[in-house]
Amino acid sequence: MQNDRDTVLHPAIVRITHWTWALGVLILIGSGLRIYESDPVFESVAFPVWITLGGSYEDTNKLHNDFGLAAALLWHFAAMWLLFAGLVTFVIYGFVSGHFRRKYVPITVQEVTSNVADFLKGHLAHDIGVRNAVQKLLYAFALCAMLAMVLSGLVLWKPVQFHTLSLIMGQYEGARYVHFFGMVGIVLFLIVHIALTLLVPKVLLPMITGRAPTTVAHEKTGATS
Amino acid sequence: MTRETIERRLRDGGLGRNDVVNLERRLFLRHGLSFGALTMLSGCDVVTNTGPVDAFLRAISRFNDGVQASLFNPHRLAPTFPESMVAPEFRFNAQYGIDKIPVLNPTTWRLQPSGLVSDKRAWTLDQLQALPQRADVTRHVCVEGWSMIGKWGGVPLRTFLERVGADPGARYVSFHCDDPISYTTSIDMPSAMHPQTILCLTYAGKPIEPKFGAPMRVKIPTKLGFKQPKFVTEIRVTNDYPAGYWENYGYNWFAGL
Repeated sequence: MQNDRDTVLHPAIVRITHWTWALGVLILIGSGLRIYESDPVFESVAFPVWITLGGSYEDTNKLHNDFGLAAALLWHFAAMWLLFAGLVTFVIYGFVSGHFRRKYVPITVQEVTSNVADFLKGHLAHDIGVRNAVQKLLYAFALCAMLAMVLSGLVLWKPVQFHTLSLIMGQYEGARYVHFFGMVGIVLFLIVHIALTLLVPKVLLPMITGRAPTTVAHEKTGATS
Repeated sequence: MTRETIERRLRDGGLGRNDVVNLERRLFLRHGLSFGALTMLSGCDVVTNTGPVDAFLRAISRFNDGVQASLFNPHRLAPTFPESMVAPEFRFNAQYGIDKIPVLNPTTWRLQPSGLVSDKRAWTLDQLQALPQRADVTRHVCVEGWSMIGKWGGVPLRTFLERVGADPGARYVSFHCDDPISYTTSIDMPSAMHPQTILCLTYAGKPIEPKFGAPMRVKIPTKLGFKQPKFVTEIRVTNDYPAGYWENYGYNWFAGL
């Protein structure tokens, strides 16, 4: 299967959708926090403007006659398409190629607890391209949060056209909470995801080039055999 | 609420608790801005507010208008609620302060049909009240994010457009207002013909108050709040994209719910 030099760990479709999502999610979070500002779900929860996307008050007041809501909405409903394109591509690919079956199921309780125990003992084996149960759980969590964001986003965008869908989340007002906590979930995922990448930096390059150096590929072969 | 509104209402002492909370939030955010200027993310300010990027984002927004038009089902009614859920005191929201709201005389007020209509005679309030009416308890959703349930009654716009002989094949209906900012907005013909789109004369069974656009405002339960103009004095039917006050500032035109 593998040649002598390197092995394809992440197919091009996975890499392209990964970075499309990364860009889309960052724009959606930044602009979303700015939209949140115009009518906060929680009065006591505010975000500094520098982590939001929508421009300075001075500029945006000149351009949009507001405090950044128009700009943030423009960004939000543009980045929506990045997410949508990535999602459709990834889901179709995931089912057709068997990527989901190979990478995500099954997640057993026994596997999760033994992985967590290993990690706490300080020696969790990380083999590139092979997911341990904690990783599987983390990615499954991220996918669920993403799904919640897409569904609640549809309800907030179109509460009349998607009224039936809105009934499972307390209609328009309920969807605002789902959308807020879904965002929190995705931010938590990103923190863990990025922290793990920093702990095991060798996983980063394959997500860009798709290939791992020979030594890593051998590690992988050794781990799976 | 604009900064001018906040400052003016601070001067006039017309600021409520929520307004003060919002003001504190603004100040907090503005304080954060000076820190932001030192961070890499201040690059976003440059990115957002340069012409080409803004133009590109507005082009996507126009594309989204088309997507929304195809998602819009002209036969789907906005969900309705029991009368017990009607807000007794509705939220006032305008680009100008409550002290600047126009008080239009209902006896001299006229509604002028214009553009692609066969009968351009102006309508009096009495004439509108003599037309068939309907009332719905629906949710009003603001582009800012808040929503409130209310009961609005009046003449279906469809009925009015039929009476004035509007060209049903025309693409747009625009609304023109007699208020301090000469507010305008416009909608697509399918939304104008939607059964719940009304020339609104009543709230909770009583004539609408001046601050909510008396004697007539347009109510469209399938659109965001800024598409539902108050103090309307002219309705124009046209094929030329009419845009509107907030639309010209970059807010999405279709703004359908």
